[in-house]
Amino acid sequence: MDKWEDNRAWFLVLPVFVVVAFSAIIPLMTVVNYSVQDIFGPGQRVFVGTEWFADALSDRRLHEALWRQFLFSGLVLVIEIPLGVLIALAMPKRGLGVPFSLVLLALPLLIPWNVIGTIWIIFTRPDIGLLGVTINGLGIPFDHTASPLDAWITVVAMEVWHWTPLVALLAYAGLRAIPEAYFQAARIDGASAWATFRYVLLPKLRGVLTIAILLRFMDSFLIYAEPFVLTGGGPGNATTFLSIHLVKMAVGQFDLGPAAAFSLIYFLIVLLFSWLFYQALQNVGQGERR
Amino acid sequence: MARIALEQVAHAYAEHPRSDAEWALKDLDQVWEDGGAYALLGPSGCGKTTLLNVISGLIAPRRGRILFDGRDVTGLRTEQRNIAQVFQFPVVYDTMTVFDNLAFPLRNRRIDETRVRSRVAEVAEMLDLAEVLGRRARRLTADAKQKISLGRGLVREDVAAILFDEPLTVIDPGLKWQLRRKLKEVHKRRRLTLIYVTHDQNEALTFADRVAVMNEGRVLQVGTPQALFERPAHRFVGYFIGSPGMNFVPCVVEGDAALVAGARLPLAEEALAAARVATGRIELGVRPEHLRLAVEPAKGAAEVTVRAVEDLGTYRIVTIALGEHVLKAKLAADRPVPAGAAYLSVPPAAARLYAGGRLIG
Amino acid sequence: MTRVLRLGGLGLYYGLLLLPIYWMLNMSLRSNADIMGAFSLYPTDPNLANYVKIFTDEVWYSGYINSIIYVSLNTVISLTVALPAAYAFSRYRFLGDKHMFFWLLTNRMAPPAVFLLPFFQLYSTLGLIDTHIAVALAHTLFNVPLAVWILEGFMSGVPREIDEMAYIDGYSFPRFFATVFVPLVRTGIGVTAFFCFMFSWVELLLARTLTTTDAKPIAATMTRTVSAMGLDWGLLAAAGVLTIVPGALVIWFVRNYIAKGFALGRV
Repeated sequence: MDKWEDNRAWFLVLPVFVVVAFSAIIPLMTVVNYSVQDIFGPGQRVFVGTEWFADALSDRRLHEALWRQFLFSGLVLVIEIPLGVLIALAMPKRGLGVPFSLVLLALPLLIPWNVIGTIWIIFTRPDIGLLGVTINGLGIPFDHTASPLDAWITVVAMEVWHWTPLVALLAYAGLRAIPEAYFQAARIDGASAWATFRYVLLPKLRGVLTIAILLRFMDSFLIYAEPFVLTGGGPGNATTFLSIHLVKMAVGQFDLGPAAAFSLIYFLIVLLFSWLFYQALQNVGQGERR
Repeated sequence: MARIALEQVAHAYAEHPRSDAEWALKDLDQVWEDGGAYALLGPSGCGKTTLLNVISGLIAPRRGRILFDGRDVTGLRTEQRNIAQVFQFPVVYDTMTVFDNLAFPLRNRRIDETRVRSRVAEVAEMLDLAEVLGRRARRLTADAKQKISLGRGLVREDVAAILFDEPLTVIDPGLKWQLRRKLKEVHKRRRLTLIYVTHDQNEALTFADRVAVMNEGRVLQVGTPQALFERPAHRFVGYFIGSPGMNFVPCVVEGDAALVAGARLPLAEEALAAARVATGRIELGVRPEHLRLAVEPAKGAAEVTVRAVEDLGTYRIVTIALGEHVLKAKLAADRPVPAGAAYLSVPPAAARLYAGGRLIG
Repeated sequence: MTRVLRLGGLGLYYGLLLLPIYWMLNMSLRSNADIMGAFSLYPTDPNLANYVKIFTDEVWYSGYINSIIYVSLNTVISLTVALPAAYAFSRYRFLGDKHMFFWLLTNRMAPPAVFLLPFFQLYSTLGLIDTHIAVALAHTLFNVPLAVWILEGFMSGVPREIDEMAYIDGYSFPRFFATVFVPLVRTGIGVTAFFCFMFSWVELLLARTLTTTDAKPIAATMTRTVSAMGLDWGLLAAAGVLTIVPGALVIWFVRNYIAKGFALGRV
């Protein structure tokens, strides 16, 4: 089942290309431009070449933020992807449960990200928040403003609460799109639940899971508002992820040049790892999808 | 091998069917003999796929029983029923090779590996898949994939019947006949009960020994293609089989002939006898192939007007008006077609009478 | 999974999911002082003051309407351009196809902060600042790639034999696409529509940067709830509750698209 070879397909892709490139290319070029200059004020620029890049790459705090970021994204992926798939498998396929489940899953996704952080601040406070009071009531001393571990737990919990529904919704849609005949054939062939999962579900979900994994990796790697509102990056630097570091740095001394350079490095890191993920996922089925 | 019997089977998809129309299958009593090759033929929505799924167990019927060789299997799930099903579009396990696809039903049933290998080899040889056993199933063409689907049914030694749900739908037209031929070969070799659902009468008539024509949830007639053609038991069967279908005109039987729009068409003795005891509206049914057109009047011929002629290569379809009734005749290409006024005669042996839609004589 | 285990696990997840939502609802029905003062499992003195404030304050509800306008615009644009493109990626090989496909996604990979200024300058030059179409267009930057990727995934699940059959039957491409193909991928369309809506709805930075007053979205207004006394938690929570409503409606409308899948029969 090979694809048809036809360059006229470009016409179908042209609108997308135009629409996206319109907003992508010029700003990108501008940022690249900034990244190699030192800007003192309007009209006062000095070309500094790769100076900002070198600075950024040797910044020890950047390395620390980067490691924290990898840990965070790794945790997020390991928890959210399997959890989302399990939820999708458990969700009802027919009846009233369907719209109920869909709306319920949509709720966390629809709240603006700064509001999420805000709600969780109160939610986890040991004096006036439901979660904080409950946990401390159970005798566990929990304070995300004081303990780095508690802060991490809270941030990860908040992120999982917020974004697992995305994985679940994607996986659910993917499951619903599998024609009934595949399941019927598997039954006729005497396949066990595990065999059906492994030979029918997983292969058919591969496309959807690829998107889910890439999306969650990218978005969690770039995450800013929720953890910043919740912990401000603290206690200390405990939850200062990469974008929080970037903003701290850029806002601290508002300097477009270094900020632009950092942004590009940031972008390239996300690009590299996304690409690696993508290649790995393409090869998992050992058959090229494209 | 299995003799499949359906007793009083009825099914509706809705929870509480309110009207007759909501029943997909109505009061079916049917027997499919062991080793027969049957086609289930009918228009979209007539219930043939529902019937197939009831037999295979993918649907549990609202009423009635299904028996395999006298054993009640109505309560049994699909995997317990010794049937295999080939679906409308090819279902293969993408991540497996052709070999693993064919081996899958056996491995799931924990057959030991040597036996698996020999069965797979046997079936692969039968289906001309031996050369591609090592390839990934997803890479093959649609017709090869359908063969794999069929193969998964054939590898099982316990399989009693194979059910096909319009399996040639997505097959390239040039390859359809190859697959059909292969199916007949398989049937000859294995003598399994085969039930083949289709809406294409050519497929049905060339594949099956016996064809069951369905409409609106009922099986109207089961018979050889010949029987269906010559003696359709129901108006719908007459209309559905044949291209174009049978002509029907209302008539009144008087004396030794049928009166249609003022013309007298002689009938055979058998038909006349049936007409005498029949009640209700009577219709005369004649296949376009049997109508004869002449320029000169003849005894027992009716005066008609030729309205249109379609030339289809080896034959022609002629649209005729008999009074206010429109009929179609199918004439060989080498016969002359009168223009304008003509005389239509119906050989009595080819005339069928229908009362209330059913064949009476 | 046995039924009990399945329903129990699902119920547990749903319960946990609802807790912070409930808490937000709780906060929205209390005054700021009440929230900060004491812990209470349910509002002891519930009042709709926060909601009243939002509904009567023109800045708040116009923000709501603005958001709905540009988000709807964006969803329509994104879906419209993404559908044919996704089909092309799914069915055809052409020059640069793999690179183009991945390039699309790269537009979601950059941290936004530094890009805001050039974005502003670009749209300013075109005189598009403070228009709904500006935000709608700007959001296509990340929504169109998402739409193309998701749709492509679902389209690839439809066997190409369907396309071939339609062409043999004499369908023209537009007719095939509209009447045969789109219904088969409606699961993908439903979920894509919701995600486009959602990501555009919650996007704060670009929407705030490109608008001043006329098209100011609700999310931006919400960040203004900082006053001399600090954040007005109750008001923010009420706004949070209200922002859920349009999106919930959207997913409710596309529920059949998402859940019904397709039966590849009667083609």
